[in-house]
Amino acid sequence: MLRTLFRQIKEYKKATIATPCFMLLEVIMETIIPLMMAAIINNGVEVPGGDIHYICKIGGYMLIIAVIGLFAGIMGGKYGAYASAGFARNLRKAMFENIQTFSFSNIDKYSTAGLVTRMTTDVTNLQNAYMMALRMGVRAPASMLCAMVAAFIINARIATIYLIAVILLGGILFCIISKANKYFHVVFQKYDDLNASVQENVSAIRVVKAYVREEYETNKFAQASAKVYNMFIQAESVLAFNMPVMNVTVYTCILLISWIGAHMITAGNLATGDLMSLLTYCMNILMSLMMLSMVFVMITMSIASAERISEVIQETSDIQNPEEPVMEVEDGSIEFKNVSFRYNKKAEDDVLKNINLSIQPGEMIGVIGGTGSAKSSLVNLISRLYDVTEGEILVGGRNVKEYDLETLRNQVAVVLQKNTLFSGTIYENLRWGDKEATDEECKRACKLACADEFIEKMPDGYNTYIEQGGTNVSGGQKQRLCIARALLKKPKILILDDSTSAVDTATDARIRKAFAEEIPDTTKIIIAQRISSVQNADRILVMHEGKLEAVGNHEELIQSNAIYREVYESQTKGNGDFDEGMN
Amino acid sequence: MRMKMKAPQNAGKLLKRLFGILMKHYGIQIVIVAVCIMISTFANVQGTLFMKTLIDDFVKPLTEAEIPDFQPLLMEILRVACFYAVGVLAAYAYNRIMVNVTQGTLKVFRDEMFQKMERLPIKYFDTHAHGDIMSMYTNDTDTLRQMISQAMPQLFSSAITILSTAVCMLVLNVPLSLLTFAMVGIMLIFTQKMGGHSAKYFMAQQKDIGGLNGYIEEMMEGQKVVKVFCHEQDSVEQFNALNDQLFHSAYQANKFSNVIGPICAQLGNVSYVLCAIVGAILAIGNVGGFTLGSLATFLTFNKNFNMPINQISMQMNSIIMALAGAQRIFNLLDEEPEVDDGYVTLVNAKRENGALVPCKERTGLWAWEHKHQNGDETTYVELKGDVVFDDVDFGYNDEKMVLHNVSLYAQPGQKIAFVGSTGAGKTTITNLINRFYDIQDGKIRYDGINVNKIKKADLRRSLGIVLQDTHLFTMTVRENIRYGRLDATDEEVVAAAKLANADGFIRRLPQGYDTVLTGDGANLSQGQRQLLSIARAAIADPPVLILDEATSSIDTRTEKLVQDGMDKLMKGRTTFVIAHRLSTIQNSDCIMVMEQGRIIERGNHEELMQEQGKYYQLYTGGNGTQLAGA
Repeated sequence: MLRTLFRQIKEYKKATIATPCFMLLEVIMETIIPLMMAAIINNGVEVPGGDIHYICKIGGYMLIIAVIGLFAGIMGGKYGAYASAGFARNLRKAMFENIQTFSFSNIDKYSTAGLVTRMTTDVTNLQNAYMMALRMGVRAPASMLCAMVAAFIINARIATIYLIAVILLGGILFCIISKANKYFHVVFQKYDDLNASVQENVSAIRVVKAYVREEYETNKFAQASAKVYNMFIQAESVLAFNMPVMNVTVYTCILLISWIGAHMITAGNLATGDLMSLLTYCMNILMSLMMLSMVFVMITMSIASAERISEVIQETSDIQNPEEPVMEVEDGSIEFKNVSFRYNKKAEDDVLKNINLSIQPGEMIGVIGGTGSAKSSLVNLISRLYDVTEGEILVGGRNVKEYDLETLRNQVAVVLQKNTLFSGTIYENLRWGDKEATDEECKRACKLACADEFIEKMPDGYNTYIEQGGTNVSGGQKQRLCIARALLKKPKILILDDSTSAVDTATDARIRKAFAEEIPDTTKIIIAQRISSVQNADRILVMHEGKLEAVGNHEELIQSNAIYREVYESQTKGNGDFDEGMN
Repeated sequence: MRMKMKAPQNAGKLLKRLFGILMKHYGIQIVIVAVCIMISTFANVQGTLFMKTLIDDFVKPLTEAEIPDFQPLLMEILRVACFYAVGVLAAYAYNRIMVNVTQGTLKVFRDEMFQKMERLPIKYFDTHAHGDIMSMYTNDTDTLRQMISQAMPQLFSSAITILSTAVCMLVLNVPLSLLTFAMVGIMLIFTQKMGGHSAKYFMAQQKDIGGLNGYIEEMMEGQKVVKVFCHEQDSVEQFNALNDQLFHSAYQANKFSNVIGPICAQLGNVSYVLCAIVGAILAIGNVGGFTLGSLATFLTFNKNFNMPINQISMQMNSIIMALAGAQRIFNLLDEEPEVDDGYVTLVNAKRENGALVPCKERTGLWAWEHKHQNGDETTYVELKGDVVFDDVDFGYNDEKMVLHNVSLYAQPGQKIAFVGSTGAGKTTITNLINRFYDIQDGKIRYDGINVNKIKKADLRRSLGIVLQDTHLFTMTVRENIRYGRLDATDEEVVAAAKLANADGFIRRLPQGYDTVLTGDGANLSQGQRQLLSIARAAIADPPVLILDEATSSIDTRTEKLVQDGMDKLMKGRTTFVIAHRLSTIQNSDCIMVMEQGRIIERGNHEELMQEQGKYYQLYTGGNGTQLAGA
């Protein structure tokens, strides 16, 4: 996992290496300063009459060292920021680029919100942890080590006290943190649940208010939030020991050193200046240990984020472009040969069962069937949005797996059931179909999709700005724009997956009429709930529980197929749609 | 982390209010914390002072003495140890109490936000992005946590340390103290400059991350469309541009904030060195009784003095962010709640000698209790479900009216259907009956009472509503149905489910009625969710129903179940239905054809067909060929 992530450091490797180097330099400078301090006191002040010259000389050196330390600190800070911001940038880029290669089945695995969180919050967590690790992860142990070495140089006996203190304190801190971590793991889950319930309430506020359940919900929330409160208290009260434990260690060290130091000075084994330096190092060492424990906490907290990120980066698309792709689709013929399909290899049942079907170029095919009868699955296989589990599908006489994916998908245009418009003008949205399309071509496509009428009524016409998700156009208008967008591809095969459900019946009929007249050579496959949408098709496929139940035209099916007849009758005996005809 | 960060203008006021809330709920604890922080700081200072005495009063005499007597030193060490022990206890006490204060305050905030949110009018939710509301519970509350748990105690202890060390330093030596203060002044100037840069870029970073977030959200939502149109390359290019922008601002922001630390630390070192040199000169010259021990102590003070200033500068960012978060939370808390001046209430009633009298038990008969404002007279009006719109004008804001001169009347038990295009105002009308929104002009009467006079809770309790977006809650199926009436028995729940045709599929769920639904019923189909929401309305058993028929395609069989369930529910109730299905429309007592906020045609099916107007056009599909064999 870590290797996957670290591979994304790329051009920031230099900065990544430079940061700890500068931090090391800074630490060394910081360690030298107390040594010089001791020198000033021992050789400058303690000597009879004092040696002003010596004090100034060493003071001068100290200033130089401080300046070097400053330089190192600034560079370390700068490179640290550069490396971590760059690492974050590459992680986001890697994720986004990899998602673009995802197949439909890869996409189905992740939720939008989940991916957004991974690319923002999770990356930010990792970025902070990375910076912390680069700067403090090296600085703290180095500073500890330097101070320890310096302490040993001054007086090995006293330094041993430090060593024992460090080991003791380290052990205790480790226990505290790992215990707290265990709690936090649970707490954060509960905390997420709490926020999920707020989210639920915000979106369902109309129901809450309609049933006058404000107080009920408030009580429910107060209980849940009390639970979260108690768990947080439990977890954080463990961490509250950190500071006092640290204080006890520092204080004990100071007192011990004072006692032992006084004896040693009296016996002439230690200089007064040295005692002061030792006390300074005592603080340095224990502060570093504290810092290290903070780094440790941050890193453990970011591990979950790192896992979520690497999961996305490592996900490999299960649909790959062939080695020597065919770059042209001959015509709009489609053939299913013994096709079976399941979404998940481990699933028990096939979604599509042994489909055999041959469609001629230019045919108009209707598809009818209940929810779960696998209508969408059937058409999604044609443009290789999913790969068949068994059998093969031929488009233009060749197996779809032989085509270049982009070529295939440009020639097989699918208007998805759950479709999306993007923020941008209507023109910009239409040109997803064809980047080079002229204004005239765009307008013609809209005319075919019967979208021209409402677009021209808008104040800004084709330059009207569509909000994110197309919230400022109605469902029927959105569907017609999506159809126009697909038409601009000038595909050989056009698939409408329940794409006119929100369009009124009359307009629906006009769209189909325009298809028949204006693009006669394009193979058209129309999935619909309404019989009236497929009634006039050359052939209608009736799907039932993943099987191709019957094929035929309207009259034949009315005669011969019970399911078709049932649907037809239910829709004509007063149960049909009365849809929004004035869009 | 999505956060709109703006340096709040009225930082002082915000802090005051925040502190006010803290004091109100945790006044005693905060006083204790303050005392404990002081004790622990003084213990620390005691320790530092001990170094002076250690060298001057103990070590020096010991080295000069013939037979060193360590007894006084031991006593002194024990004395300091006691101070330290008290300090440690105080440190633990305030750390532990702060856990309660922090988490408790966050709980107070969360609970108050939620309570307030529940009381806000629907308009608030329609005009604020849901993500934005959510971010107050997550991001903004998190910044408060940072501030309360870390920044505030640290600021306080830093201030105390600074003050007490400043006093100690001044007592020890005035010129050296002035030198130290001067260096701190320089430090502050640098910090301010760097902090300003860093804050500027942090804000830019928040803006950029928001922009990137929006783009990712849109692209992920439309990822399948991106694939179908082979648009991967373009979306990567746009993403890269936004990503690079974020990189730049994040780099700059962190760079400046990273640099503050080393600058302060090294300036601190310089200050230390300067003091050492000057102090050494003073000590050697023994100016004003300044001793070597005093110098050692002073230098420690010097270090102790610089450290908290460094810490304060590091905390500034988190305080600015927390104030921005607090500002947003306070904005929510200060929102005007839904006003309710209604005084007519709904009571259980029974008939005694032909007159309605209120009673405690549930009788199935309801009455409006109308306490007239002039005089003490109280009248009881039976709840029947008679709704009248009288010349109603309405707009979501005052500039643009959505409904014009809408008049309609529905007698108890009647079914009123609204048809018309999206945006014609059908849904708006249903928002007015239950007073999700208030009308600008005209009157709406319910059983002859102006709805403005009816208490909102009682008004809504008398109305059932089934929306297109079903919205189920994360709890069991049984609890979801019982949401309609909390005191319903299990048998009543099953009965309601049966009425709604939901019983069948519920029994097939893994745990039947005890199956827990999650994520708005994500494990159910659209049709099943609708059946549940019908059952939920059925158990409430309201005299008036508002139905929004779903347009989304459900398969024919489930649709039949839903349709059938709705029909059963509508029986005997006044029903307003936004209709899409022929059967519903044909069976209605009255059909309102709406266009651009006006009712343009009204009448039953036959009447409207004869009129040959808009309805006729819609019904026949507008081109003469009749729709779906009708």
